[in-house]
Amino acid sequence: MHELPVIDKILQVALKHARKNNISRILSIHLEIGELSDLEESWLQRYFDRVSSGTPAAGAALNVTRIPVSARCSCGNTFGITLNNTTHTCCPSCGSSSWQLVAGKGYFVKSMEGL
Amino acid sequence: MTQPVKLIEVKEGILEDDGKVAASLRADLQTRETFLLNLMASPGAGKTSLVLHTIKTLRNKLEICVVEADIDSTVDAEAVANEGISAVQLRTGGFCHVDAAMMREGIAAFGDKKCDMIILENVGNLVCPAEFDTGAHKNVMILSIPEGDDKPLKYPLMFSICDAVLINKMDYIGLSDFDMEKLTERIHRLNPNAEIFRISCRTGEGIDAWSEWLFREVCNFRNSKL
Ligand SMILES: Nc1nc2c(ncn2[C@@H]2O[C@H](COP(=O)(O)OP(=O)(O)OP(=O)(O)O)[C@@H](O)[C@H]2O)c(=O)[nH]1
Ligand SMILES: [Mg+2]
Ligand SMILES: [Zn+2]
Repeated sequence: MHELPVIDKILQVALKHARKNNISRILSIHLEIGELSDLEESWLQRYFDRVSSGTPAAGAALNVTRIPVSARCSCGNTFGITLNNTTHTCCPSCGSSSWQLVAGKGYFVKSMEGL
Repeated sequence: MTQPVKLIEVKEGILEDDGKVAASLRADLQTRETFLLNLMASPGAGKTSLVLHTIKTLRNKLEICVVEADIDSTVDAEAVANEGISAVQLRTGGFCHVDAAMMREGIAAFGDKKCDMIILENVGNLVCPAEFDTGAHKNVMILSIPEGDDKPLKYPLMFSICDAVLINKMDYIGLSDFDMEKLTERIHRLNPNAEIFRISCRTGEGIDAWSEWLFREVCNFRNSKL
């Protein structure tokens, strides 16, 4: 539902970096999106095409890498979290549940290609 | 002659600016000693009912103000104002969430009024509000029994960012196949530190435990200065 504000921001970031680097046409944008985000990639591209029309990013392809959800335990161990398993997640190293999510949320513009 | 394609390393997070606005709002509120609670839930889960109960139990200990973020309606703000509590209606303009910039505007409407706690009733949905930092010191959500025990599977982000989850409409529990044990397990899988309160805004069950927790959090917030 909030795809538009997010996509608009992706566009603004891309345009800013295009200006900085003297790019007149953006061909592709590489995004990293956490697995906790429910943004659907096909929708992402469709919305992007709409908001980017008439800008140097018009027609750019969005390439998305989904970032798996991972957590860091207070013992220092980092481990992956599967969203659909059925038991309580404990740190595989020390067994405690005093961990916090460290990856799998949010959006990151990694790189882009342009002319 | 064809131009070579340039590869540009961007490495920029999308909501980072929002994160900065939120952090600065949080810091300003800290200076003013105003605790901000972000209350999220689906439409009809009981946000306004909980706000009204919370006002009743804590109003003699804390000066409370309320920010309402309903889309295009002022009914909730009016319900709160009827209790003699300052309430501001945010114009979210059909937005699906509240961010820190909107919140800063909303709070400005209280002027210099001294306020120990502001409760934000966020827009009713379990998806978008989870993605935007409002500048709140604590995030809590309500899940009501009729919504079902599978919601952590469908809206994992929301459950993962909340400090407390309130299970409301406990008076309906016997009438449904809601599995409390499963729910608890699903919440703690995403968020092992989440506090879980079982409440009913109809019978008043669990409201005291919730209010005590909230009051303690406000006290901790005040003592955490420096
Ligand atoms: N049986 C029962 N009904 C409840 C309970 N809590 C709230 N309700 C009812 O549920 C309906 C919605 O409650 P609200 O407090 O308006 O919910 P809300 O989340 O603020 O709703 P919106 O702002 O419209 O999204 C009202 O009719 C309440 O009386 C409860 O614990 N038990
Ligand atoms: Mg309401
Ligand atoms: Zn560990």
